[in-house]
Amino acid sequence: MQIDLRTVSIQPKRVTFDHVAEELGPNKTPSRYQEATLRVQADANFHYRPTWDPDHEIFDPGRTAITMANWYTFKDPRQFYYGTYTIARARMQETAESDFDFVEQRGLAETFDPEARRIALETLLPLRHVAWGANMNNSSICAYGYGTAITAPCMFQAMDQLGIAQYLSRLGLLFEGPEALDAAKQAWLDGAQWQPLRRYVEDTFVVSDWFELYVAQNLVLDGVLYPLVYEQLDAALTTQAGPTLSMLVRFQSEWFTETRKWVDATIKTAVAESAENAALIGGWFAAWKQRAVDALRPIAEQALGAQADAALTAAVAQLDARAAKAGLS
Amino acid sequence: MSTVFIAFQTSEESRGIVEAILEDNANATVNEQPAMVRVDAPDTMTINRSTIEDKLGRSFDLQELHLHLITLTGHIDETDDEFTLSWAN
Repeated sequence: MQIDLRTVSIQPKRVTFDHVAEELGPNKTPSRYQEATLRVQADANFHYRPTWDPDHEIFDPGRTAITMANWYTFKDPRQFYYGTYTIARARMQETAESDFDFVEQRGLAETFDPEARRIALETLLPLRHVAWGANMNNSSICAYGYGTAITAPCMFQAMDQLGIAQYLSRLGLLFEGPEALDAAKQAWLDGAQWQPLRRYVEDTFVVSDWFELYVAQNLVLDGVLYPLVYEQLDAALTTQAGPTLSMLVRFQSEWFTETRKWVDATIKTAVAESAENAALIGGWFAAWKQRAVDALRPIAEQALGAQADAALTAAVAQLDARAAKAGLS
Repeated sequence: MSTVFIAFQTSEESRGIVEAILEDNANATVNEQPAMVRVDAPDTMTINRSTIEDKLGRSFDLQELHLHLITLTGHIDETDDEFTLSWAN
């Protein structure tokens, strides 16, 4: 008796959900990111408008002045959905943990140059309140924004900022102790050099247009703060006292390099949609950038002294280059 | 004219790789089989790291190709950024 083995190829009748296929076109196999993102936003069968905002539906694209023909035009180049996001962050966290362990085991914090330690504690620790503000703002964008393609990454961003605040706290505990955190909070509340930045952060809490908030927080404030602190100041302190501090803020600098790709892509998409969008975003960008530069100047002067101007100029130049690439003139 | 081809196991990642190959090689044709996908191209085929990175949304080491690779034909010219199959030698 002879048995023939053969392969039977079975064509699936459909490769994905109908709502995903409507976005992608027929017979295109979607990635998991696309399946987890496209048309996930709830938009139908709400009978009543919310009592707290009767002018809008519960999920309403009209809460920003920006208009998009399709809110799923926004793409996250990192293709983050819950699975990929948690895997990526778990990796970064593992690296950060081993960096902290390394510094602790070798006692590098105790032997760290006292002058550099003072600058690091005075400048970095109050930034945990800024990170908390960024967490609030991104949560707000997620709550009032429209379209999973933009709201989901904002929630990831919010959680990242919370993580950054925690890493800054641990840095303070490692270098000095709990009293360092209290001192940093007092500086944030009362220190004259911190008040312009605190005003910026607290003013963003009451921005009602969520895309303006996105520009003010994710593009402008992060766009100047991170290069200033985690590139310029970090480089200056490394020259002065070696790479210990760099290891402890590695999460922040790697995180910024990664997330700015997403921020740039989002701005680019919104600007390319229409001339009205471009004008609105350009106006917000210019207004908030001026405020951010003014707010960060005293911090730069406190941390970098004579090099403050050059460092701030370099950080702003980096932001301007990104904005130009995204289509903002 | 001779043909080069490369075959991968079907997976979430190899889909991105195949999309990248098709984008960079206008003459390439794809041949889907059960659990395997094969890409043929006349004379030469180039796989670019940057295109794969765009498709996958993360950084990619071209050596990761081998995790999905089943077989290929042609002489290989490999750098950090490009993986080229051809009969050029």
